[in-house]
This record gives sequence, structure tokens and C-alpha cells, in this order.
Amino acid sequence: MSEYVIEMLGITKIFPGIVANDNITLQLKKGEIHALLGENGAGKSTLMSVLFGLYHPEEGVIKKDGEVVTINNPNDANRLRIGMVHQHFKLVEVFSVLDNIILGAEETKNGFLQKQKAREQVLQLSKKYGLPVDPDALIENISVGMQQRTEILKMLFRENEILIFDEPTAVLTPQEIEELMNTMRGFAKEGKSILFITHKLNEIMAVADRCTVLRKGKCIGTVEVAKTTKDELAEMMVGRKVSFAVDKSASQAGAPALRVQNLTVGSKRHDKKKVNNVSFTVRRGEILGIAGIDGNGQTELVYALTGLVKPESGSIFLGDQDITHASIRARNDHGMSHIPEDRHKHGLVLDYTLAENLILKSYHTPEFQRGGFLRFDAMYDHAQTLIDRYDIRSGQGGATITRSMSGGNQQKAIVARELSLAPEVLIAVQPTRGLDVGAIEYIHKQIIAARDSGKAVLLVSLELDEIMNVSDRIAVMYEGEIVAEVQAASATAQELGLYMSGASRQDQQHLEEVAQA
Amino acid sequence: MKAPSRRTNRQGLINILASLLSILGGLLFGFLLLILFNPGNAMYGLNKILTTGIANLDKLGKVMYQSAPILLTGLSVAFAFKTGLFNIGATGQYTLGAFFALVGVIQWRLPWWAALILAMVGGALLGSIPGICKALFNVNEVITSIMFNWISLFAVNLCINNMPLMLANAWGATNKERTVSLIGAPFMEYNPNAIIPRAGLDKLMNSQYMNIAVFIAIGIALVIWVVMNRTTFGYELKACGYNRHASDYAGINAKRSIILSMTIAGALAGIGGGLYFLSGTAQYTLVKALLATGFNGIPVALLAGSNPIGTIFSALFISYIQVGGDALQPEYAKEIIDIIIAAIIYLSAFALLLRGWIGKLFIRKQKENSNRELADLPDTSALPQDAASEQEEAAQ
Repeated sequence: MSEYVIEMLGITKIFPGIVANDNITLQLKKGEIHALLGENGAGKSTLMSVLFGLYHPEEGVIKKDGEVVTINNPNDANRLRIGMVHQHFKLVEVFSVLDNIILGAEETKNGFLQKQKAREQVLQLSKKYGLPVDPDALIENISVGMQQRTEILKMLFRENEILIFDEPTAVLTPQEIEELMNTMRGFAKEGKSILFITHKLNEIMAVADRCTVLRKGKCIGTVEVAKTTKDELAEMMVGRKVSFAVDKSASQAGAPALRVQNLTVGSKRHDKKKVNNVSFTVRRGEILGIAGIDGNGQTELVYALTGLVKPESGSIFLGDQDITHASIRARNDHGMSHIPEDRHKHGLVLDYTLAENLILKSYHTPEFQRGGFLRFDAMYDHAQTLIDRYDIRSGQGGATITRSMSGGNQQKAIVARELSLAPEVLIAVQPTRGLDVGAIEYIHKQIIAARDSGKAVLLVSLELDEIMNVSDRIAVMYEGEIVAEVQAASATAQELGLYMSGASRQDQQHLEEVAQA
Repeated sequence: MKAPSRRTNRQGLINILASLLSILGGLLFGFLLLILFNPGNAMYGLNKILTTGIANLDKLGKVMYQSAPILLTGLSVAFAFKTGLFNIGATGQYTLGAFFALVGVIQWRLPWWAALILAMVGGALLGSIPGICKALFNVNEVITSIMFNWISLFAVNLCINNMPLMLANAWGATNKERTVSLIGAPFMEYNPNAIIPRAGLDKLMNSQYMNIAVFIAIGIALVIWVVMNRTTFGYELKACGYNRHASDYAGINAKRSIILSMTIAGALAGIGGGLYFLSGTAQYTLVKALLATGFNGIPVALLAGSNPIGTIFSALFISYIQVGGDALQPEYAKEIIDIIIAAIIYLSAFALLLRGWIGKLFIRKQKENSNRELADLPDTSALPQDAASEQEEAAQ
């Protein structure tokens, strides 16, 4: 019997224009939690898709318990007891939890479903592993955390022994992450083997036994987590030293660039205001961070500022100009840039090429059109400039269809486009969502560089670390109102946490004073 | 720029291959039907379908004549597709366009080109309604277009019935179910400029059907291609089609784009109606069924992969098959011919499906090519053009 339950030896996988996996070897021991670490586009998901039978490698072999196996499709993988929780869950939204779990492994009698036995089995598993689910709830009605537990139960129901988790923590709250870690430890203790794909170093340090690092499709090495440090892992992943602290000088705040007065945004569903009487000022050369727990009106505030929704009352000034009722195009042309929260919904036309996306806001300017005709040479030159300057990686340069690019590079493309517009005001919402350490560091640097060149930046983020590291001043939103405004240098996480949860708020007079200052 | 053209080249090749393969599949199926219905004449029938269109200049003229209206309804559907809308209302817009054109030449004695502009306006008016409903009230354009097909048909019938001058019996003919023949002697005297010029083509091709309509249609297709692929307007429309939220975010007026897109699609179908009935060889007949020409625009667009240039060829092909099918009488019944033609067109529209398969084949082939790259065998001379430039890029 081999020491390893799964071995992937010398795996090479090539896509048009890019070698996604270059001679990668990954060996998984029985009963271990093995982390797979790498930046976006390093080839982690490709490697796992090879193991799961979704892609066929050009070279290399896969061994199960020391014997060579062929995995042509997920059914083969399932027969070998390999299960996977995908980053984007593969669940039928309008089916119940139970239906989703048995889907594809249903027991039938004369063509009729036999759900009773399956239900008992699922409930038993759910109890045994501490994965509470409501078997009759519809997927569309349950929380993301329960959806993930459904996916895990799906693997357990199929008696999988090798469990792949593809970035499972990206969608979870801190408490849910803690629970998931415990569940994973429990699985490992029971002899199941876990492959844990992530780019969050803290999680690896907390839960993994060993870690294999990929970079640009190549295998950098496998290390014992107990014998390494976070810094070392980060360096292996990115290829250079990474500083976790953000380097920045004190801000040189100038004239007000964005002023918001008594802004109120209504809600379609009920009477409660999404944004209630919010006032603040962002000056040239400073970064104002908006902290808050998800759903406290940050999204609606940004929509109103950028023109995606109409505010009920209040006014917005860009420099001296009242833009409260201006069109989105007018706001863009007057120097407002916007890195949107949802890059797929708002940020990109995924079926356009990278070059076309990079002129999404400037195609109508004389630089890119003449007499209504697009200037393709200018468009591709522009794309090449931004690709070089912002290190946007893609298979075919400017002609790459954006949909085929990795999430991190899509985000870089948006940042590149928004900064290339030479904005007066940059509104950055969750600019590093789902990105790896290297890309986060890079985007933070760009935002600070924009500040240093005299731009006003409004940073909206759910990551408190990001807010505290990057901002100069921090405003906290709670239930649609700004409940506190503090200097970033002197703020503590505990203090902000109290404001964010609504447990405390600054007095009204102080808030009004700082808003007008 | 090398990079973009390489991508478009490969995509274009895949599209053309897919269309050709599905045509082949359709013909094969048609042949099976021919065998099924009348085995003795099957070979003869297939021969007729395949060769009638080029058997003589007269038939070729008919192919071109019939292709003009479906080219435009095809363009109409394709244009809307590109902006993410499904214009199933082409037949209604076509009907209204035809009516406007006929009113122009009969009631107002306008020359053909002015009537053609009227036809365009008529189609555009009808097309704009689903566009406005979609943009402002988010009403599905498929539903509104279907409703407006019927509204248009019966409104036109009602109007013609109450416009005595329009009907054939006002001009000495006995028939009152159809509009006056524009090439009949009494009408020629009344408005000699009503029909589309033949520019000597009728003599050249020895066909009474032949005029410059098909060339007008091809010209419009070229213009539409330029608009879609080279202008900021096309860029906006496609952006809206792919992702309305992102175009809102970018400051593109998505509502305006949707309305304009449907209006232009309607205008194209309207011109189609004008081109057909201003040829003089067709008379509008008061029937209670929607005109097939509008619906035939859908396979024309599908077969062309919604590419405006492609619609030129797919319209000619479908027209060619129809002319071939007509020649099957009397060996085959009229209805059976319709079934066979429908089957061919139906299978031809599988181009969409095939495109995916061929795309996959290409990727596999490319893998082999990139394996070669890895194996360090830069045998560029033996590789197809695009693989060679692929290597060039990899080398950079």
C-alpha cells in the first residue's frame, strides 16, 4: 500500500496561448489536510479540474493508492471516491436540500424515487458531522453557509474519501469559517483526505498539515505547514517578499473634491431608507474609508453617488459642480471613476475582448473614435499600454475574450481602466474582493499612488483590515447612517467593531461638524 | 493588428464550416424525405432542388428576386440578436412596410424610392413599440412582437379593404382580394415610377423578376455590418446586448440603445416588404395568415450566425432551395415540398449547435499545435497560418 491516497505526477495542461499546469506533482497522504496555494491564475483550479475529470491533461499520470487510474469525467472521479465543493456551488436553486444531495445518486424503485431512506441517511450524516441543514428548504431560500454544508453533505452521501474544497471560505462569515475549519479537522481525524484550495495564508496556518505552492502554472514546492511561516509561504506564492503592512506617507489633504449632503436613498421593498441623511466630504489627496457590515447601505450609497440609482433627497457635489441629477456619462466625463463591487455585473462586458473592455468608458472620446467610427489601432495600443503597466495577464493580449481571464486579472483590468481615466475622484468598492496577496498589495499601492497624485479616494470595503490599512479617515455606516468618523491612524478594530455593530455611535453634533469640515 | 484578426479569422472559419455542414445535413434529410414520399423520383427530385436555381438565367433571377426580402428580414432578426433581443415581429414589420410602400405608390403616386423610405418608416414604427415597452417597462419583446404581428396584419387588411384605389378591381381586373398589379397597363400609365428599376437586368437575365432589389439589399447588409463592427453606435448596442448593467455603469444609455435597436430591426424588415411588393411581380393578397417571409428571416439569421455579411449568403441559399423546391411539382405534392424545404431550413439552422462542436475540434487541434511548440519543433511551414502566428506570439 502506498503512503499516498492520491498522486498527481507530472501533470501538464495546456490551454490556447497559456500553459496552465506545467509538470506539476501533488501527493496527498491519507488523513491529511493538504493546502494548495497560489495566486489567481496560478493553475490551482485547473489542477483540481484535472483530478475531478473535467479536463484531460496532456501529460502526467494520476495514481490512486499507488495504482494508475484514468479519470475521464466526474463520474469516474466519484467512483474513485473523489468529491469536490466548487467555488461557485453546483446546486439546483429551486430544488430542496435533500433533492440536491441525492441528485445523480438517487435510489429508485420501479422508476419512482425512494427518498425516505436517503433522508434518514442525510440526517444521520448531518448529525454525525455537525452540519445542520433543513432537508426540505429550497436552496434559493437558505444562507450561503447552509448551501456549502449541502455541498459537503453531497460528498459525504456519496461516501467520498478524498474531499476537494475550492476556495470554500471566500463566501463565509468569520464564524462560519471557524465552523468549517472544525468540520475539516474532524474529517481528517476520521481518515478522510482533504485538498484545500485557497490563497488565504491565515487559514492554511490554522488548519493545513502540508501545503503545495503553485506559481504561474509551475509547482514551487511542498512544505510542512508546522515548519514554515506566513511570510515564507507568501514569498513562495508571489515570488518575492510581500509586505502585509501597507506603506504610505501621511495624507496631504487639499480642497474638497466630493461633497455629499444629507443624501437619502429609498428602498423599493419597504419604507426604511437604505441610505439615511448621509453627509461627508472627501478631499483631494486623502482616502476616506467607509466601513460597515454588508447590507448597511454601502452599496446603495455608491449607486447614488455614481448615478446608478436616483437619490430621494440630498445633494452630491463633484468639485463645485452639483451632480445630484447628472447622468452617469456626465459624472464619468467630469472625473468620477468607479471600481464596482460586482465586476461581472457592472464592471465588464465579459463577451467583449479585453481591449474593448478597457475603453468601456472612453470609447466615445476623440481618442478612440472619429466621426462615430471606432479607432481600432488606438484601442489596441491603449490596451497594450495598460496590459504592460498593470501586468494584466491573458492568453492573447488585448484580443482575449474577457470571460476567459482569471478573476484577479479581470479585476486588474477594471482598476487599470478606471485609473487610466485620470479621475478627480475614485470610488473603489471592494477593490480586492477575491484577490490573492500579490494582487491585493498591488491594487492597494495603486490606490495610494492615486491619492498621492492629488486624487480623492472613497474606499468602500467589508474587510476591516483593508479599511484600516489603506484609509486616512474612516466613516462607519450602520443601518444606512454614518454613525462615526475617525482618523485611521488612531482607530482600533475594537472601536470600529462597536460602531459597525450599532453598539455605539458618536454624538450627532460631532458628526455634523466633521461632515462639513 | 495581428492578434485580433487572428481570432476573428478562426471564429469566422468555424462559423462558415458550421453553416456548410448543417446545410449538408439538411439536404441529406431532405433526400430521405424525397425517398419516403416518392422513391422512384427521389434522385430526380434532389437533382431538381440542387440544380434548378442555376439551370437557367431565368431561375437564377428568381433566386435573387426572392432572396431580397428574406435577406432584409434576416438582417432584421440578426441585428436584434446582436443586441440581445429576439425580433420575432419581423413578419408584422414586413407587412406594415409593404402596406406603407403600396400606399405611397398607389394613393400618393410617389416614385419607388420614396415609397421604399415610407416602407422603412412603417417597419421602424412597428419595431419601436416592442423596443419602447422593453426599455421602459421591461416587457418581454417576444410577446409584444408576436401580438403586433397580428395587429399589423389585420390593420393592414382592414385599411386596404377600405381603400378602393388600392384593390385590383378598381383597375379593370376582376379580383378584389388583392392589390393592383403595379405592372398592369392601366397602372403603368398612372404611376410609371412605382416599380423598382430593372436597369436592364431583366433583359440580361431574361427574367421578368429581375431588378436591382437584391443589390439594394446587399448594400444595406454591408452598411449594417459596418455599423455593428466599426462604429461607436454598434459598440454601444452590442455592449447592451451582452450586459445591460455594465453598459449602464459605463454611461451608455441602455434604454435608448434597446429602443433604437428594435426600431432599426423594424426598419430593415419594413424595407424588405417594400422591396418585394415594389418589384411589381407580386400583389399583396388579403389573407388571414402571417406572411412566411418574416419568419424565414429567423433561419436566415441563424444560418448566418447573425453576421450581416453572412445573411447575404444564407438568404441566397434559402431562396435557392425554395426555387428548387417549386420545381418539384407535379412529382411531389405542394405540401410535401413545403415539408422538405422546411426540414432543410430547420436543419440548416443547426449551425448554432454545430458551431460549438467545431469550436471544440479546433481547440483540440490547437492543443496538438501547442504540444509541438513545447516539443520545440518550430515547423511553421507545415502549420496553418494561425498556428504559425500563435508560435510567433509565444516566442515573444
